[in-house]
Amino acid sequence: MSSSARDRVRTLLKTTGWLQTDIDTLGNDADLYVAGLTSHATVTLMLALEETFDVEFPDSLLRRRTFSSVDAIVEALAEIGVNTEAV
Amino acid sequence: MTDWIAAARAVGSDVAARHAEDVDRQARFPKESLAALKERKLLGILIPERDGGPGAGIADVVSVCHVLGQYCAATAMIYAMHQIQVSCIVRHGGDSSWHRAFAKRLVDEQLLLASATSEAGVGGDVRSSVCAVEEKGGRFSLAKQATVISYGADSDGILVTARRTPQSPASDQVIVVVPKSGASLEALQGWDTLGMRGTCSNGYHLKAEGEMAQVIPKSYADVSAQTMLPTSHLVWSALWLGIATDAVARARAFVRAEARKKPGVMPPGAVRLAEATSQLQLMKSNVVAALRRYEAALGSEDSLSALPFAIAMNSLKTASSQMAVQIVGQALLVAGLAAYRNDTPFSLGRHLRDAHSAALMVNNDRILANTAQLVLALRDDPELLA
Repeated sequence: MSSSARDRVRTLLKTTGWLQTDIDTLGNDADLYVAGLTSHATVTLMLALEETFDVEFPDSLLRRRTFSSVDAIVEALAEIGVNTEAV
Repeated sequence: MTDWIAAARAVGSDVAARHAEDVDRQARFPKESLAALKERKLLGILIPERDGGPGAGIADVVSVCHVLGQYCAATAMIYAMHQIQVSCIVRHGGDSSWHRAFAKRLVDEQLLLASATSEAGVGGDVRSSVCAVEEKGGRFSLAKQATVISYGADSDGILVTARRTPQSPASDQVIVVVPKSGASLEALQGWDTLGMRGTCSNGYHLKAEGEMAQVIPKSYADVSAQTMLPTSHLVWSALWLGIATDAVARARAFVRAEARKKPGVMPPGAVRLAEATSQLQLMKSNVVAALRRYEAALGSEDSLSALPFAIAMNSLKTASSQMAVQIVGQALLVAGLAAYRNDTPFSLGRHLRDAHSAALMVNNDRILANTAQLVLALRDDPELLA
């Protein structure tokens, strides 16, 4: 079974050192900044998302809120044309 | 000219300029200038009318910093740092009754606010904290090894960054408003520096306690991106522009005096003065353009937290800080030994020493590294007037 965009985002957050809290203990609406995501890591996260989903985030989405939770990220991906149900 | 700018001009020329040399020589707090600024009610101008203030805008504060920078850079820097703190309260205190009551005190009592963002153990990264807000029954306590609290001893209150809770990661910070009555300061290290000597930016062991209501509700990440960072870079750049402006004015006065002595003969420094004047124009345009950009973004949290905006404000700081030194250097060459000497009306030693602080306070290399990270995500901006 192919994994959903949400799962792939979670996997990305799990395998990189950007959070100080294990993503498995966090819900999809948990605040990633409270979990230790820094402004610095946000840019790296954005680049990793662009690579993973082969998309480009437009300027209008380049703000802190876009990356504030798994749900917010998935919502942004959907907005730029990623099929977020299954890939 | 607004009344505030006229008042700042009066404080600058009548008070700050008169004491600037002594403040610099003794590395002492410019108490006369600050008393004059308080007397003319310039400390609380940002407070909105609903809280009893005159509701000035960022452009007014930037202009005052620019004026003060022409007379005493330490006074201008203290005023600038104070207004950065006030901006945070005004813009992010929200409808919190504690912060609104404090805002009213800022006007009524003309309180001077300092900042404790730097801390030992975070490698100079103000977006990380070691200390944390510890809550107990609606009250908090915190203890911070603050490497620098400029004019901490002479301030009436301090804004302190700390982790949100003792369990929070270093990057999850809040900022707390601590009136002096709730703080104790134990001096750690003094401030005997090349320039900006009057800011008395000593290090302290800070202990604070108070009500949880003193914590600004918004996360410091947002306060920093939307207000503290852009306001800092604007007010600092404006006062550095003030330093450069006075340096060029002194160089011009020197060249004009030369020209008067030998009418019809171009004084040797005139060409370089033309160059310095052009650089000053460039620096001024940059400050004004960034100010307009901030004003345009003010109504929208999205614009304020967008990448291009952060890059623009970072770039303003790194560019202005370098230009200030270059322009003062040019002015020094124009007036030559008359500027190099410490005892002429054209002396520029203090200007040059003060200007050199600009690249170091929040080191340009740190800001450039941050900008370098951000430009990885930046999109092209092909328009002239977008």
